[in-house]
Amino acid sequence: MTVRPGGLRPLTRTRTGDLAERAIVLALRGCALVSILTTVGLVAILLVEALDFFGRVSIVDFLTQAKWTPLFSSKEFGIVVLISATLLTTLIAMLVALPVGLLAAIYLSEYAPERQRRILKPAIEVLAGIPTVVYGYFALQFVTGVLLKGLLGDAISTFNGLSAGLVMGVMIIPLVASLSEDALYAVPQSLRAGSYALGATRFETSLRVVVPAALSGIVAAFVLAVGRAVGETMIVAIAAGQSPRLGLDPFVPIETMTSYIVQVALGDTPVGSIEFLTIFAVGATLFAMTLLLNLFSAWFTRRYREAYQ
Amino acid sequence: MTETTVVPWAEGLGDGAGHASLVASSDMVTDAVRWPMTGPAPVIEVRDLSVHYGAKQAIDRISLDFGRNRITAIIGPSGCGKTTLLRALNRMNELIPGARTTGQVLYEAQDIYARDVDPVAVRRRIGMVFQKPNPFPKSIYDNVAYGARINGHEGKLDELVERSLRRAALWDETKDKLRDSGLALSGGQQQRLCIARAIAIDPQVILMDEPCSALDPIATLKIEELMRELAVDYTIVIVTHNMQQASRVSDMTAFLLAGEERIGRLVEYGPTVDIFTNPRDTRTEDYVSGRFG
Ligand SMILES: Nc1ncnc2c1ncn2[C@@H]1O[C@H](COP(=O)(O)OP(=O)(O)OP(=O)(O)O)[C@@H](O)[C@H]1O
Ligand SMILES: [Mg+2]
Repeated sequence: MTVRPGGLRPLTRTRTGDLAERAIVLALRGCALVSILTTVGLVAILLVEALDFFGRVSIVDFLTQAKWTPLFSSKEFGIVVLISATLLTTLIAMLVALPVGLLAAIYLSEYAPERQRRILKPAIEVLAGIPTVVYGYFALQFVTGVLLKGLLGDAISTFNGLSAGLVMGVMIIPLVASLSEDALYAVPQSLRAGSYALGATRFETSLRVVVPAALSGIVAAFVLAVGRAVGETMIVAIAAGQSPRLGLDPFVPIETMTSYIVQVALGDTPVGSIEFLTIFAVGATLFAMTLLLNLFSAWFTRRYREAYQ
Repeated sequence: MTETTVVPWAEGLGDGAGHASLVASSDMVTDAVRWPMTGPAPVIEVRDLSVHYGAKQAIDRISLDFGRNRITAIIGPSGCGKTTLLRALNRMNELIPGARTTGQVLYEAQDIYARDVDPVAVRRRIGMVFQKPNPFPKSIYDNVAYGARINGHEGKLDELVERSLRRAALWDETKDKLRDSGLALSGGQQQRLCIARAIAIDPQVILMDEPCSALDPIATLKIEELMRELAVDYTIVIVTHNMQQASRVSDMTAFLLAGEERIGRLVEYGPTVDIFTNPRDTRTEDYVSGRFG
């Protein structure tokens, strides 16, 4: 066989080429494996320790008792106390973050001129980069100290679920706005045109065509936001207090699941003691909640995925 | 431009009130095909219409009338401004950032570009069907009911949906699956759904931008048939690249052409028969006989 000038490379494999290719594949697979193994390891430790805990404390007590006092001499393990606090702060945060985030996204995607959008969107995303400890002290010093105390006086405690929830909501707005905006912006222009051609206003078009078409993406953003609020630690630890208390009163000190884990982890509880094991039980509960949320999100997104295509 | 041939029954076409009585006999409609004319009172009169996209001019001082209950075809090579002209007729162009319109478009003698005119109201009277079918990701029922809902339709929605789907020759195929997504339909069905959606708000004019370009010949024939039927009640303007389609369905034809400077101008406008068999401009002749780039 003759090789023409400037012709093709020979068709035979080369040994070095094969080896290099294989090395690259191995390296990539290694990286993937590390992240998977880490996750598996984390879950395994969580479950093993949690099982240890449930060997000593009945799961019925865990689910039914109405007090959370593992750090006291008369111990009760009613997780519902911590869950109620987490629910309260999450609920308040979502009441702020979801509507404001979605409206901001609608504004950015449907109303803002392209130039404004190109400036505002990254600006919003920068907000998401502020360390949560800053938000925590903002909640404690300013929102509680100045705003809420100014408005409500002694009716509100220094530590309370309200300010933690509100500030957490503000912190989560960029996440909701940015992800929802991505979903809205991806809706094909032809759908908007179809709506306008039927005599719809911009608002009607946004609300009745664009938002429903982007629903799966918006719901995914909402679920992420809820997960973020449930797992948020710094703000609630700083501003909501460390008083495990059952109920949804936003004005009193409470303790969320995450603040409890911080409290024990930072304290002097001996490793292996029942007090120490509680953080794994609480952690496993948190994990189960976020897992459920994500399963719901995955199911919903698949069901309504890119409905407009 | 055209001699106005006034046939006896055409007088009634001037006042919109006479619609129902005109529907009575369908051979009258066929007469209209044989006797195309601008009629006494056009629904839309375009006067010196120019459109710019940013610095680029797309069409230049176009003037023509769209006759009541007529089907007018707009033909011309790609990029000559057919879509631009069509979208100027119901102020859809202004949704494009940087688009600028000058001149007048008189709808029932009222300039739709006048300061006090609401473009949303204009589009309720002058509907549009797009080149690519664009049903909403909603049920068939909700697609048709959409316009009625936002316009605060009194009356029964179910009836309106059925009537519109029947009118668009889609009822038999969809009556058992009104709750299914509009996107589950075939391309031709989707386009008829878009037509049903457009006529559900009872506009007076329907603008169609190459409505059959994404469809197979059978679906195309269906839509053409439908257009002939709709012309009894509506005024239709259709952009098409298909010469046979223009000659099959339209009463009047406008030929647009962009010269060297890529600005679209109206070359010739007249009864479709004349444009296709006896054009006055050699460029028209070249184009309709396929001798054009
Ligand atoms: N959104 C836009 N922005 C800028 N220029 C545009 C835009 N839409 C159209 N144009 C320009 O205006 C001119 C006319 O375009 P138009 O879409 O009206 O042509 P057309 O006759 O409909 O073509 P086709 O047969 O390919 O659909 C073209 O030169 C095109 O490049
Ligand atoms: Mg076009």
